[in-house]
Amino acid sequence: MNKPHSNKAWFLVLPVFILVAFSAIVPLMTVVNYSLQDIFDVSTRYFVGTEWYREILNDSRLQDSLVRQFIFSGSVLLIEIPLGIGVALMMPKSGKWSVISLLVLALPLLVPLNVVGTIWQIFGRADIGLFGWALNAIGIDYNYAANPIDAWLTVLLMDVWHWTSLVALLSFSGLRAIPDAYYQAASIDRASAWAVFRYIQLPKLKSVLLIGVLLRFMDSFMIYTEPFVLTGGGPGNSTTFLSQALTKMAVGQFDIGPAGAFSIIYFLIILLVSWLFYTAMTHSDNK
Amino acid sequence: MAEIHLKSLAHSYDTTANPPEYAIRQMDHIWHDGGAFALLGPSGCGKSTLLNIISGLLKPSEGDVLFDGVRVNDIPPQDRNIAQVFQFPVVYDTMSVFDNLAFPLRNMGAGVAKINSKVTEIAAILELTDVLNKKAANLTADEKQKVSMGRGLVRDDVSAILFDEPLTVIDPQLKWKLRRKLKQIHERFKTTMVYVTHDQLEASTFADKIALMYGGQVVQFGTPRELFEQPNHTFVGYFIGSPGMNFLEVKRCKEGVCFGDIAFPLSAAEKKALQHSTSNNLKLGIRPEFVHVWDKPNSQAQQANVEFVEDLGTYKIVSLTLGGVSIKARLQEDQKIPLQSAYISFPEQWLMLYIDEFLVEKENDDE
Repeated sequence: MNKPHSNKAWFLVLPVFILVAFSAIVPLMTVVNYSLQDIFDVSTRYFVGTEWYREILNDSRLQDSLVRQFIFSGSVLLIEIPLGIGVALMMPKSGKWSVISLLVLALPLLVPLNVVGTIWQIFGRADIGLFGWALNAIGIDYNYAANPIDAWLTVLLMDVWHWTSLVALLSFSGLRAIPDAYYQAASIDRASAWAVFRYIQLPKLKSVLLIGVLLRFMDSFMIYTEPFVLTGGGPGNSTTFLSQALTKMAVGQFDIGPAGAFSIIYFLIILLVSWLFYTAMTHSDNK
Repeated sequence: MAEIHLKSLAHSYDTTANPPEYAIRQMDHIWHDGGAFALLGPSGCGKSTLLNIISGLLKPSEGDVLFDGVRVNDIPPQDRNIAQVFQFPVVYDTMSVFDNLAFPLRNMGAGVAKINSKVTEIAAILELTDVLNKKAANLTADEKQKVSMGRGLVRDDVSAILFDEPLTVIDPQLKWKLRRKLKQIHERFKTTMVYVTHDQLEASTFADKIALMYGGQVVQFGTPRELFEQPNHTFVGYFIGSPGMNFLEVKRCKEGVCFGDIAFPLSAAEKKALQHSTSNNLKLGIRPEFVHVWDKPNSQAQQANVEFVEDLGTYKIVSLTLGGVSIKARLQEDQKIPLQSAYISFPEQWLMLYIDEFLVEKENDDE
């Protein structure tokens, strides 16, 4: 078949191209630029090739924060995804209470990130914070500012408090979309509650959970504000995650070259892991 | 296998409404053991509600459901030993076809040997053997529908299989095949089957007896032929047949009933019924298939105007007007049709008298 061909269509794509160029491609290329050069001032710069990359990959502090970051994101997913599904399963399906629980669940999502950090910073204090005071009152020696494990648990708890709602709301919408006939057929087939969950609800939730897993992975992998406000990365470096290490390097020490290399590696890790999740979760469809 | 008896059954979704609005108005109905039945009716007539009451997904607000004489109102669907096939195919997507078919047996704790033999047998009957190892999500709509039916058939204890418009999402050319399959399965297993549909063709090809529902009630329960020849309510006449029955509003007169100047004689039983009734809601009905059309006048025929002719390939539908009322006649393809006016007559044996929309029997069996 002979279709009329016109190159004018490219003009229609141009605005999007320009927008994407300025919002993503140009900044990214700038970072690539920094990561390959040693810059002293505008006129004095040297191409250094992969030197910054090698330096970054061998930096033990960064290796530590990378491990820390993976443990954190892994824990976030392991807690928030099952918990979110559980909350969604227990929510009232319709009526007044359904609306009320939706509203309550949406509230944490509306709180600004630095406010979340501040809330938990005060909440966890042993002298004036309800949470910290209560734990100490029942005999648990809890102090997130001094004890690395306490700091870790507090950051994790804060993230769970803040973001489980997102998974719960996504799962709830996914559950609502399952036609009643599935539950009716399952009840006629004498399926147990577990079988209903395993063979009907979970498979039908797959597409919304994919979105949930990707969002929660990316967000938690880039977490900055909340731990920065809550612990400032401490005690020691125990809650210094990748983005905070990066900021310290780029803005605090002004090591633009290594920071650029770091950014590129950081970006590639997120891309790679997201791709892995996506492929793993969609692959089983095509068998 | 079981006989299903609906005893003084009625259902209202909102029992607090005043006056109560009934989805099912009080009825008594028996589905005999081992029959193939269709529940036919327009959208919103309550047929799906009735089906869900039989399967136990809904509890009737009044009356009883009896399986072989045992009241099952309070028995949940899983313990009623029924199977149900829904409008949209319900399969367990992540399981293979084999696992889908084995699912009800596994839930009942059946042994591996029994599961294997039963699933293989049913898959062979449903022509699913080739796809047994395929994932259910990747089947076509008609295969999925067969799988959901198969989950009912693998069980030995199934007393009835209920179908809720199962062919809605199936391609037209496969509908016919699947319908024939259903019929074969019924002949082989002799399970009581109730098939809900709004398509009269589907109903009459599948079922031995059709229950026609209208306004929350079964208005007629009979063979497809009875529904066609002796519709006992004007709605049955209108709903069954293509096109539906013609109706003339008539008045009492000396000869029996009259439409304008045209008098129609009545049988003795009809005359008697007319005398007993004070109603003026009188109608005569005749099927378009039984209206005679002539191109020349004769002693019994009335002159009518020809409005238009629809040629449907194998037959023609002629729309005529007689005394301001539209009458349709179904004619053979080769019959000649006069251009403007035609002469029509109504054979007496096919003229049905309706008082208050209900049929009056031509012969009274009591006398």
